[in-house]
Amino acid sequence: MAEPLNRTALYDEHLKLQGRLVPFAGWELPVQYDTTGPTVEHQAVRTAAGLFDIDHMGQVEVSGPGALAFLQHIQVGDVSSMAVLDARYSLMCYADGGIVDDIFIYRLGVQRWWVVVNASNRAKDVAWMRAHAAGFDVTIKDLSDDTYMLALQGPKAQAILQRLTAADLAAMPFHTGLETEVAGIATVLGATGYTGEYGYELFFPTARAVEMWQALLQAGAADGLLPCGLAARDSLRFEPCLPLYGHEIDQNTDPLSARLGWAVSFDKGDFVGRDALLKIKLEGSSRLLVGFEMVDKGVPRPEYPVAVAGQIVGHVTTGMKSPATGRFVGLAYVPASHAKLGSTIDIVIRDQAKQATVVKRPFYIAAYRR
Amino acid sequence: MSYQYDPNARYAKTHDWVRMEEGLAVCGISDYAQHALSDVVYIELPEIGAELIQGEVYTTVESVKAAEEVYAPVSGKVVDVNPDLADTPEQLNSEPYAAWIIKVAPSNPEELDALMLADAYEAFVQAEEAGGH
Repeated sequence: MAEPLNRTALYDEHLKLQGRLVPFAGWELPVQYDTTGPTVEHQAVRTAAGLFDIDHMGQVEVSGPGALAFLQHIQVGDVSSMAVLDARYSLMCYADGGIVDDIFIYRLGVQRWWVVVNASNRAKDVAWMRAHAAGFDVTIKDLSDDTYMLALQGPKAQAILQRLTAADLAAMPFHTGLETEVAGIATVLGATGYTGEYGYELFFPTARAVEMWQALLQAGAADGLLPCGLAARDSLRFEPCLPLYGHEIDQNTDPLSARLGWAVSFDKGDFVGRDALLKIKLEGSSRLLVGFEMVDKGVPRPEYPVAVAGQIVGHVTTGMKSPATGRFVGLAYVPASHAKLGSTIDIVIRDQAKQATVVKRPFYIAAYRR
Repeated sequence: MSYQYDPNARYAKTHDWVRMEEGLAVCGISDYAQHALSDVVYIELPEIGAELIQGEVYTTVESVKAAEEVYAPVSGKVVDVNPDLADTPEQLNSEPYAAWIIKVAPSNPEELDALMLADAYEAFVQAEEAGGH
Protein backbone atom coordinates (compact mmCIF):
# COMPACT_ATOMS: atom_id res chain seq x y z
CA MET A 1 0.00 0.00 0.00
CA ALA A 2 1.24 3.47 -0.83
CA GLU A 3 1.70 5.84 2.08
CA PRO A 4 -0.76 8.74 2.17
CA LEU A 5 0.76 11.81 0.53
CA ASN A 6 1.75 14.93 2.46
CA ARG A 7 0.25 18.22 1.36
CA THR A 8 2.17 21.46 1.74
CA ALA A 9 0.57 24.55 3.29
CA LEU A 10 0.25 25.90 -0.26
CA TYR A 11 -1.92 23.05 -1.55
CA ASP A 12 -4.97 25.29 -2.03
CA GLU A 13 -2.85 28.04 -3.61
CA HIS A 14 -1.58 25.54 -6.19
CA LEU A 15 -5.13 24.44 -7.01
CA LYS A 16 -6.23 28.07 -7.41
CA LEU A 17 -3.39 28.59 -9.89
CA GLN A 18 -4.39 25.42 -11.80
CA GLY A 19 -1.41 23.47 -10.54
CA ARG A 20 -1.36 19.88 -11.77
CA LEU A 21 -0.63 17.97 -8.58
CA VAL A 22 1.36 14.74 -8.67
CA PRO A 23 3.03 12.53 -6.06
CA PHE A 24 6.71 13.35 -5.54
CA ALA A 25 8.93 11.97 -2.75
CA GLY A 26 5.86 11.40 -0.57
CA TRP A 27 4.38 14.82 -1.27
CA GLU A 28 1.60 16.08 -3.50
CA LEU A 29 3.18 18.88 -5.51
CA PRO A 30 2.46 20.73 -8.78
CA VAL A 31 4.36 19.24 -11.73
CA GLN A 32 3.24 22.28 -13.74
CA TYR A 33 0.62 25.03 -13.75
CA ASP A 34 -1.89 24.49 -16.52
CA THR A 35 -2.12 28.18 -17.44
CA THR A 36 1.58 28.14 -18.39
CA GLY A 37 3.18 24.67 -18.65
CA PRO A 38 6.75 23.46 -18.17
CA THR A 39 8.30 25.14 -21.21
CA VAL A 40 6.90 28.59 -20.41
CA GLU A 41 7.83 28.21 -16.73
CA HIS A 42 11.38 27.20 -17.68
CA GLN A 43 11.81 30.24 -19.92
CA ALA A 44 10.39 32.53 -17.23
CA VAL A 45 13.20 31.48 -14.88
CA ARG A 46 15.87 31.89 -17.59
CA THR A 47 14.66 35.36 -18.59
CA ALA A 48 12.69 36.79 -15.62
CA ALA A 49 11.89 34.84 -12.48
CA GLY A 50 10.09 31.80 -11.09
CA LEU A 51 8.74 30.86 -7.67
CA PHE A 52 8.91 27.24 -6.44
CA ASP A 53 7.21 25.54 -3.50
CA ILE A 54 10.04 23.34 -2.18
CA ASP A 55 8.70 22.75 1.30
CA HIS A 56 9.29 19.03 0.80
CA MET A 57 13.01 19.71 1.33
CA GLY A 58 14.24 19.03 4.87
CA GLN A 59 16.16 21.34 7.21
CA VAL A 60 18.31 19.94 10.00
CA GLU A 61 19.90 22.18 12.61
CA VAL A 62 23.28 21.07 13.94
CA SER A 63 24.45 23.06 16.95
CA GLY A 64 26.75 22.95 19.95
CA PRO A 65 30.45 23.14 20.77
CA GLY A 66 31.11 20.01 18.71
CA ALA A 67 29.08 21.05 15.66
CA LEU A 68 32.06 21.93 13.46
CA ALA A 69 33.96 18.73 14.28
CA PHE A 70 30.78 16.70 13.72
CA LEU A 71 30.13 18.26 10.31
CA GLN A 72 33.76 17.75 9.28
CA HIS A 73 33.23 14.07 10.12
CA ILE A 74 29.92 13.40 8.34
CA GLN A 75 30.30 15.24 5.03
CA VAL A 76 33.02 15.44 2.39
CA GLY A 77 33.79 19.19 2.29
CA ASP A 78 36.05 21.29 4.49
CA VAL A 79 33.63 23.62 6.28
CA SER A 80 36.21 24.91 8.79
CA SER A 81 36.92 27.85 6.49
CA MET A 82 33.25 28.88 6.34
CA ALA A 83 32.53 32.20 8.00
CA VAL A 84 29.23 32.83 9.76
CA LEU A 85 26.55 33.25 7.03
CA ASP A 86 28.56 31.36 4.40
CA ALA A 87 26.71 28.61 2.53
CA ARG A 88 28.11 25.65 0.61
CA TYR A 89 27.17 22.55 -1.39
CA SER A 90 28.42 19.19 -0.12
CA LEU A 91 27.65 15.48 0.13
CA MET A 92 27.40 12.90 2.88
CA CYS A 93 28.92 9.52 2.03
CA TYR A 94 28.84 6.02 3.45
CA ALA A 95 32.09 4.34 4.47
CA ASP A 96 32.21 2.69 1.02
CA GLY A 97 32.02 6.08 -0.73
CA GLY A 98 28.36 5.66 -1.80
CA ILE A 99 26.28 8.81 -1.41
CA VAL A 100 23.85 9.22 1.51
CA ASP A 101 22.61 12.54 0.14
CA ASP A 102 23.76 15.80 -1.36
CA ILE A 103 23.25 18.71 1.00
CA PHE A 104 23.49 22.45 1.33
CA ILE A 105 25.18 23.74 4.47
CA TYR A 106 24.57 27.16 6.04
CA ARG A 107 26.68 28.46 8.90
CA LEU A 108 24.20 30.62 10.82
CA GLY A 109 26.36 31.09 13.93
CA VAL A 110 29.74 30.06 15.25
CA GLN A 111 28.18 26.89 16.68
CA ARG A 112 24.92 26.82 14.74
CA TRP A 113 24.57 25.28 11.29
CA TRP A 114 21.73 24.27 9.00
CA VAL A 115 21.89 21.32 6.68
CA VAL A 116 19.30 21.29 3.88
CA VAL A 117 18.51 17.77 2.66
CA ASN A 118 16.39 16.11 -0.01
CA ALA A 119 12.78 15.26 0.78
CA SER A 120 13.15 11.62 -0.21
CA ASN A 121 16.14 11.23 2.13
CA ARG A 122 15.08 13.30 5.11
CA ALA A 123 14.32 10.48 7.58
CA LYS A 124 17.31 8.45 6.40
CA ASP A 125 19.64 11.47 6.66
CA VAL A 126 18.57 12.44 10.17
CA ALA A 127 18.90 8.85 11.38
CA TRP A 128 22.32 8.59 9.73
CA MET A 129 23.52 11.85 11.28
CA ARG A 130 22.34 10.75 14.73
CA ALA A 131 24.04 7.37 14.31
CA HIS A 132 27.34 9.18 13.71
CA ALA A 133 26.96 11.73 16.51
CA ALA A 134 28.42 9.63 19.33
CA GLY A 135 31.42 11.35 20.86
CA PHE A 136 30.50 14.80 19.51
CA ASP A 137 29.03 17.52 21.74
CA VAL A 138 26.26 18.31 19.28
CA THR A 139 22.47 18.70 19.09
CA ILE A 140 20.70 17.53 15.93
CA LYS A 141 17.22 18.91 15.40
CA ASP A 142 14.93 18.21 12.44
CA LEU A 143 13.28 21.59 11.78
CA SER A 144 11.52 20.51 8.57
CA ASP A 145 7.93 20.46 9.81
CA ASP A 146 8.02 24.00 11.21
CA THR A 147 10.20 25.50 8.49
CA TYR A 148 8.73 26.42 5.12
CA MET A 149 10.95 26.62 2.06
CA LEU A 150 10.40 28.56 -1.16
CA ALA A 151 12.83 29.25 -4.00
CA LEU A 152 12.78 32.49 -5.98
CA GLN A 153 15.01 32.09 -9.03
CA GLY A 154 15.98 34.07 -12.11
CA PRO A 155 17.64 37.28 -13.30
CA LYS A 156 14.81 39.39 -11.81
CA ALA A 157 14.80 37.58 -8.45
CA GLN A 158 16.93 40.16 -6.66
CA ALA A 159 14.85 43.15 -7.81
CA ILE A 160 11.62 41.38 -6.83
CA LEU A 161 12.82 40.31 -3.40
CA GLN A 162 14.32 43.73 -2.68
CA ARG A 163 10.80 45.20 -2.73
CA LEU A 164 9.92 43.06 0.28
CA THR A 165 12.98 43.42 2.51
CA ALA A 166 15.12 46.12 4.10
CA ALA A 167 18.23 43.96 3.78
CA ASP A 168 20.66 45.17 1.10
CA LEU A 169 20.51 42.25 -1.33
CA ALA A 170 23.05 43.75 -3.73
CA ALA A 171 25.59 43.50 -0.90
CA MET A 172 24.81 39.81 -0.32
CA PRO A 173 27.32 37.57 -2.12
CA PHE A 174 26.19 34.39 -3.89
CA HIS A 175 26.34 31.32 -1.62
CA THR A 176 25.80 33.21 1.62
CA GLY A 177 22.90 33.33 4.04
CA LEU A 178 21.21 36.11 5.97
CA GLU A 179 18.69 36.30 8.83
CA THR A 180 16.26 39.08 7.97
CA GLU A 181 12.61 39.90 7.37
CA VAL A 182 10.81 39.40 4.07
CA ALA A 183 7.27 40.77 3.76
CA GLY A 184 7.35 41.26 7.52
CA ILE A 185 8.14 37.58 8.13
CA ALA A 186 11.29 36.45 9.96
CA THR A 187 13.27 34.65 7.24
CA VAL A 188 16.56 32.89 6.76
CA LEU A 189 17.58 33.85 3.26
CA GLY A 190 20.08 31.86 1.21
CA ALA A 191 21.53 33.34 -1.98
CA THR A 192 21.56 30.09 -3.88
CA GLY A 193 19.36 27.82 -5.94
CA TYR A 194 18.95 24.83 -8.18
CA THR A 195 18.29 26.35 -11.59
CA GLY A 196 21.57 27.75 -12.88
CA GLU A 197 20.30 31.28 -12.31
CA TYR A 198 20.92 33.72 -9.51
CA GLY A 199 18.26 33.55 -6.87
CA TYR A 200 17.24 32.85 -3.30
CA GLU A 201 15.94 30.14 -1.06
CA LEU A 202 13.72 31.38 1.74
CA PHE A 203 13.18 29.62 5.08
CA PHE A 204 10.44 30.90 7.37
CA PRO A 205 7.68 29.65 9.71
CA THR A 206 5.22 27.29 8.02
CA ALA A 207 2.28 29.24 9.48
CA ARG A 208 3.20 32.19 7.20
CA ALA A 209 3.49 30.20 3.95
CA VAL A 210 0.40 31.51 2.14
CA GLU A 211 1.21 35.10 3.10
CA MET A 212 4.80 34.83 1.82
CA TRP A 213 3.79 33.04 -1.40
CA GLN A 214 1.18 35.67 -2.26
CA ALA A 215 3.48 38.58 -1.35
CA LEU A 216 6.24 37.27 -3.63
CA LEU A 217 3.91 36.54 -6.56
CA GLN A 218 2.40 40.01 -6.26
CA ALA A 219 5.80 41.73 -5.95
CA GLY A 220 7.00 40.04 -9.13
CA ALA A 221 3.87 40.00 -11.26
CA ALA A 222 4.93 43.01 -13.36
CA ASP A 223 8.35 41.43 -13.95
CA GLY A 224 6.90 38.22 -15.36
CA LEU A 225 7.40 36.14 -12.23
CA LEU A 226 5.60 32.78 -12.62
CA PRO A 227 4.90 29.99 -10.17
CA CYS A 228 6.85 26.98 -11.43
CA GLY A 229 6.30 23.26 -11.02
CA LEU A 230 8.50 20.20 -10.66
CA ALA A 231 8.90 19.67 -14.41
CA ALA A 232 10.49 23.10 -14.84
CA ARG A 233 12.55 22.57 -11.68
CA ASP A 234 13.93 19.36 -13.22
CA SER A 235 14.73 20.84 -16.65
CA LEU A 236 16.25 23.96 -15.05
CA ARG A 237 18.60 21.94 -12.82
CA PHE A 238 19.40 19.54 -15.65
CA GLU A 239 20.74 22.09 -18.17
CA PRO A 240 23.54 23.31 -15.87
CA CYS A 241 24.03 19.61 -14.86
CA LEU A 242 23.17 19.96 -11.18
CA PRO A 243 22.71 16.43 -9.81
CA LEU A 244 19.41 15.00 -8.53
CA TYR A 245 19.48 12.31 -5.87
CA GLY A 246 18.02 9.08 -7.24
CA HIS A 247 19.22 9.99 -10.74
CA GLU A 248 22.84 11.15 -11.03
CA ILE A 249 23.69 10.19 -7.45
CA ASP A 250 22.60 7.52 -4.98
CA GLN A 251 24.10 5.01 -2.58
CA ASN A 252 25.63 3.07 -5.49
CA THR A 253 27.43 6.08 -6.92
CA ASP A 254 30.26 8.15 -5.49
CA PRO A 255 31.05 11.88 -5.79
CA LEU A 256 34.13 11.34 -7.97
CA SER A 257 32.36 9.25 -10.63
CA ALA A 258 29.48 11.75 -10.51
CA ARG A 259 32.00 14.55 -11.34
CA LEU A 260 31.50 16.18 -7.96
CA GLY A 261 35.09 15.63 -6.85
CA TRP A 262 35.50 19.41 -6.43
CA ALA A 263 33.29 19.17 -3.34
CA VAL A 264 35.54 16.58 -1.66
CA SER A 265 38.39 17.74 0.58
CA PHE A 266 40.98 15.03 1.18
CA ASP A 267 43.18 17.49 3.09
CA LYS A 268 40.83 18.27 5.98
CA GLY A 269 41.49 15.07 7.90
CA ASP A 270 39.42 11.93 8.27
CA PHE A 271 35.71 11.77 7.43
CA VAL A 272 33.23 8.99 6.74
CA GLY A 273 34.01 7.58 3.29
CA ARG A 274 37.46 9.16 2.92
CA ASP A 275 39.42 5.92 2.50
CA ALA A 276 37.05 4.59 -0.14
CA LEU A 277 36.99 7.89 -2.04
CA LEU A 278 40.78 8.20 -1.91
CA LYS A 279 41.07 4.73 -3.40
CA ILE A 280 38.71 5.71 -6.26
CA LYS A 281 40.67 8.93 -6.79
CA LEU A 282 44.01 7.06 -6.98
CA GLU A 283 42.77 4.14 -9.08
CA GLY A 284 40.32 6.09 -11.23
CA SER A 285 36.58 5.48 -11.56
CA SER A 286 35.51 2.46 -13.56
CA ARG A 287 32.44 4.34 -14.75
CA LEU A 288 31.80 8.04 -15.14
CA LEU A 289 28.89 10.40 -15.55
CA VAL A 290 28.98 11.98 -19.00
CA GLY A 291 26.91 14.38 -21.03
CA PHE A 292 25.65 13.12 -24.39
CA GLU A 293 23.74 14.46 -27.35
CA MET A 294 21.51 12.40 -29.63
CA VAL A 295 22.76 11.93 -33.20
CA ASP A 296 19.76 9.82 -34.21
CA LYS A 297 16.38 11.31 -33.39
CA GLY A 298 14.79 10.44 -30.09
CA VAL A 299 14.17 11.65 -26.57
CA PRO A 300 16.51 10.10 -23.98
CA ARG A 301 14.92 9.47 -20.60
CA PRO A 302 16.00 8.24 -17.15
CA GLU A 303 16.78 4.50 -16.93
CA TYR A 304 17.16 3.99 -20.67
CA PRO A 305 20.09 1.60 -21.25
CA VAL A 306 23.36 2.79 -22.77
CA ALA A 307 24.90 0.26 -25.17
CA VAL A 308 28.22 -0.09 -26.94
CA ALA A 309 28.58 -2.70 -29.71
CA GLY A 310 25.27 -4.25 -28.70
CA GLN A 311 26.24 -4.70 -25.05
CA ILE A 312 24.48 -2.75 -22.30
CA VAL A 313 27.19 -0.85 -20.44
CA GLY A 314 25.36 1.86 -18.52
CA HIS A 315 22.18 3.87 -18.16
CA VAL A 316 20.75 7.33 -18.66
CA THR A 317 20.25 9.28 -15.43
CA THR A 318 18.40 12.27 -16.91
CA GLY A 319 17.60 13.19 -20.49
CA MET A 320 15.27 15.47 -22.36
CA LYS A 321 14.93 18.09 -25.05
CA SER A 322 16.78 20.94 -23.37
CA PRO A 323 14.30 23.82 -23.35
CA ALA A 324 16.95 26.55 -23.51
CA THR A 325 18.94 25.05 -26.39
CA GLY A 326 16.49 22.76 -28.19
CA ARG A 327 19.12 19.98 -28.12
CA PHE A 328 18.21 16.38 -27.28
CA VAL A 329 20.74 15.74 -24.54
CA GLY A 330 21.24 13.67 -21.42
CA LEU A 331 23.49 12.52 -18.62
CA ALA A 332 24.52 8.87 -18.36
CA TYR A 333 26.90 6.57 -16.57
CA VAL A 334 29.27 4.89 -19.03
CA PRO A 335 32.49 2.87 -18.65
CA ALA A 336 35.53 5.13 -18.26
CA SER A 337 36.72 3.79 -21.65
CA HIS A 338 33.77 5.53 -23.34
CA ALA A 339 33.75 8.75 -21.32
CA LYS A 340 35.96 10.80 -23.65
CA LEU A 341 34.39 13.70 -25.53
CA GLY A 342 33.38 12.53 -28.98
CA SER A 343 32.91 8.87 -27.97
CA THR A 344 30.01 7.17 -29.73
CA ILE A 345 27.44 5.40 -27.57
CA ASP A 346 23.96 4.07 -28.22
CA ILE A 347 20.91 5.00 -26.19
CA VAL A 348 18.34 2.20 -26.26
CA ILE A 349 14.95 3.82 -26.81
CA ARG A 350 12.04 1.37 -26.89
CA ASP A 351 14.32 -1.53 -27.85
CA GLN A 352 16.03 0.41 -30.62
CA ALA A 353 19.67 1.52 -30.45
CA LYS A 354 19.88 5.24 -31.23
CA GLN A 355 23.30 6.78 -31.74
CA ALA A 356 24.58 9.53 -29.44
CA THR A 357 27.89 11.31 -28.88
CA VAL A 358 29.59 12.15 -25.59
CA VAL A 359 29.62 15.95 -25.37
CA LYS A 360 30.78 18.63 -22.99
CA ARG A 361 28.84 19.36 -19.82
CA PRO A 362 27.09 21.53 -18.82
CA PHE A 363 24.44 22.16 -21.49
CA TYR A 364 23.83 25.61 -20.06
CA ILE A 365 26.41 27.69 -18.21
CA ALA A 366 25.01 28.87 -14.91
CA ALA A 367 24.66 32.66 -14.55
CA TYR A 368 27.04 32.63 -11.57
CA ARG A 369 29.74 30.80 -13.56
CA ARG A 370 29.88 33.23 -16.49
CA MET B 1 -11.38 21.63 -17.23
CA SER B 2 -13.10 22.41 -20.49
CA TYR B 3 -11.64 21.16 -23.73
CA GLN B 4 -12.17 21.79 -27.41
CA TYR B 5 -13.92 19.29 -29.64
CA ASP B 6 -14.02 19.17 -33.42
CA PRO B 7 -17.67 18.51 -34.36
CA ASN B 8 -16.57 17.00 -37.69
CA ALA B 9 -14.37 14.34 -36.11
CA ARG B 10 -15.04 10.99 -34.52
CA TYR B 11 -13.19 9.88 -31.42
CA ALA B 12 -11.72 6.69 -29.97
CA LYS B 13 -11.63 5.95 -26.23
CA THR B 14 -7.86 6.30 -26.54
CA HIS B 15 -8.41 10.05 -27.20
CA ASP B 16 -7.51 9.88 -30.87
CA TRP B 17 -9.64 11.68 -33.45
CA VAL B 18 -10.31 10.82 -37.07
CA ARG B 19 -11.92 12.97 -39.74
CA MET B 20 -12.87 11.81 -43.25
CA GLU B 21 -11.50 14.17 -45.91
CA GLU B 22 -11.61 13.28 -49.62
CA GLY B 23 -11.88 9.58 -48.87
CA LEU B 24 -8.94 9.57 -46.45
CA ALA B 25 -9.07 9.17 -42.69
CA VAL B 26 -7.12 12.08 -41.19
CA CYS B 27 -5.92 11.22 -37.68
CA GLY B 28 -4.65 13.16 -34.68
CA ILE B 29 -4.90 13.42 -30.90
CA SER B 30 -7.64 15.26 -29.05
CA ASP B 31 -7.38 18.47 -27.04
CA TYR B 32 -7.87 16.39 -23.90
CA ALA B 33 -5.00 14.10 -24.94
CA GLN B 34 -2.58 16.94 -25.65
CA HIS B 35 -3.50 18.59 -22.35
CA ALA B 36 -2.85 15.38 -20.44
CA LEU B 37 0.48 14.95 -22.23
CA SER B 38 1.75 18.43 -21.38
CA ASP B 39 4.28 20.17 -23.69
CA VAL B 40 5.08 17.93 -26.67
CA VAL B 41 8.75 17.91 -27.70
CA TYR B 42 8.95 15.15 -30.30
CA ILE B 43 6.85 12.76 -32.34
CA GLU B 44 8.16 9.72 -34.15
CA LEU B 45 6.36 9.88 -37.49
CA PRO B 46 5.37 6.49 -38.96
CA GLU B 47 6.50 5.32 -42.41
CA ILE B 48 4.28 6.02 -45.38
CA GLY B 49 2.91 2.66 -46.48
CA ALA B 50 2.68 1.26 -42.95
CA GLU B 51 -0.39 -0.91 -42.38
CA LEU B 52 -2.39 0.07 -39.30
CA ILE B 53 -4.88 -1.94 -37.30
CA GLN B 54 -7.60 -0.12 -35.40
CA GLY B 55 -6.77 0.13 -31.70
CA GLU B 56 -3.08 -0.74 -32.12
CA VAL B 57 -0.15 1.56 -31.44
CA TYR B 58 1.15 3.35 -34.54
CA THR B 59 3.52 5.90 -33.05
CA THR B 60 4.84 7.50 -29.88
CA VAL B 61 4.51 11.11 -28.89
CA GLU B 62 7.04 12.49 -26.43
CA SER B 63 6.19 15.28 -24.03
CA VAL B 64 8.34 17.07 -21.50
CA LYS B 65 7.70 14.35 -18.94
CA ALA B 66 6.75 11.14 -20.71
CA ALA B 67 6.56 9.05 -23.87
CA GLU B 68 2.97 8.11 -24.72
CA GLU B 69 1.73 5.66 -27.30
CA VAL B 70 -0.75 6.77 -29.94
CA TYR B 71 -3.42 4.32 -31.16
CA ALA B 72 -4.83 4.00 -34.65
CA PRO B 73 -8.51 5.01 -34.71
CA VAL B 74 -8.99 3.12 -38.01
CA SER B 75 -7.36 0.29 -39.94
CA GLY B 76 -5.65 0.93 -43.26
CA LYS B 77 -2.52 2.08 -45.03
CA VAL B 78 -0.67 5.30 -44.10
CA VAL B 79 -0.60 7.44 -47.25
CA ASP B 80 0.75 10.68 -45.77
CA VAL B 81 2.41 12.00 -42.62
CA ASN B 82 2.40 15.62 -41.45
CA PRO B 83 5.93 16.85 -42.20
CA ASP B 84 5.47 20.02 -40.12
CA LEU B 85 5.44 17.97 -36.93
CA ALA B 86 9.11 17.02 -37.38
CA ASP B 87 10.19 20.58 -36.63
CA THR B 88 7.23 21.93 -34.68
CA PRO B 89 5.66 19.06 -32.72
CA GLU B 90 4.30 21.68 -30.29
CA GLN B 91 1.53 22.25 -32.87
CA LEU B 92 -0.05 19.17 -31.30
CA ASN B 93 -0.53 21.30 -28.18
CA SER B 94 -1.55 24.58 -29.78
CA GLU B 95 -3.85 23.27 -32.54
CA PRO B 96 -4.75 19.67 -31.80
CA TYR B 97 -7.43 19.43 -34.51
CA ALA B 98 -5.40 21.18 -37.22
CA ALA B 99 -2.17 19.35 -36.42
CA TRP B 100 -3.00 16.01 -38.03
CA ILE B 101 -0.43 13.24 -37.68
CA ILE B 102 -1.27 10.81 -40.49
CA LYS B 103 -3.69 10.26 -43.36
CA VAL B 104 -4.89 6.71 -43.80
CA ALA B 105 -6.61 4.95 -46.71
CA PRO B 106 -9.13 3.08 -44.58
CA SER B 107 -9.42 -0.63 -45.29
CA ASN B 108 -12.74 -0.87 -43.46
CA PRO B 109 -14.55 2.51 -43.38
CA GLU B 110 -17.35 0.98 -41.33
CA GLU B 111 -14.99 0.99 -38.35
CA LEU B 112 -15.68 4.71 -38.04
CA ASP B 113 -19.33 4.08 -37.17
CA ALA B 114 -18.25 2.50 -33.89
CA LEU B 115 -16.32 5.63 -32.87
CA MET B 116 -17.85 8.40 -30.76
CA LEU B 117 -19.30 11.61 -32.13
CA ALA B 118 -18.09 14.83 -30.51
CA ASP B 119 -21.00 15.00 -28.02
CA ALA B 120 -20.52 11.44 -26.85
CA TYR B 121 -16.76 11.93 -26.60
CA GLU B 122 -17.22 15.08 -24.53
CA ALA B 123 -19.41 13.12 -22.11
CA PHE B 124 -16.80 10.34 -22.08
CA VAL B 125 -14.03 12.83 -21.19
CA GLN B 126 -16.14 14.39 -18.44
CA ALA B 127 -16.86 10.98 -16.97
CA GLU B 128 -13.17 10.11 -17.10
CA GLU B 129 -12.24 13.37 -15.35
CA ALA B 130 -14.91 12.88 -12.68
CA GLY B 131 -13.52 9.40 -12.04
CA GLY B 132 -10.28 10.99 -10.93
CA HIS B 133 -6.92 10.90 -12.69
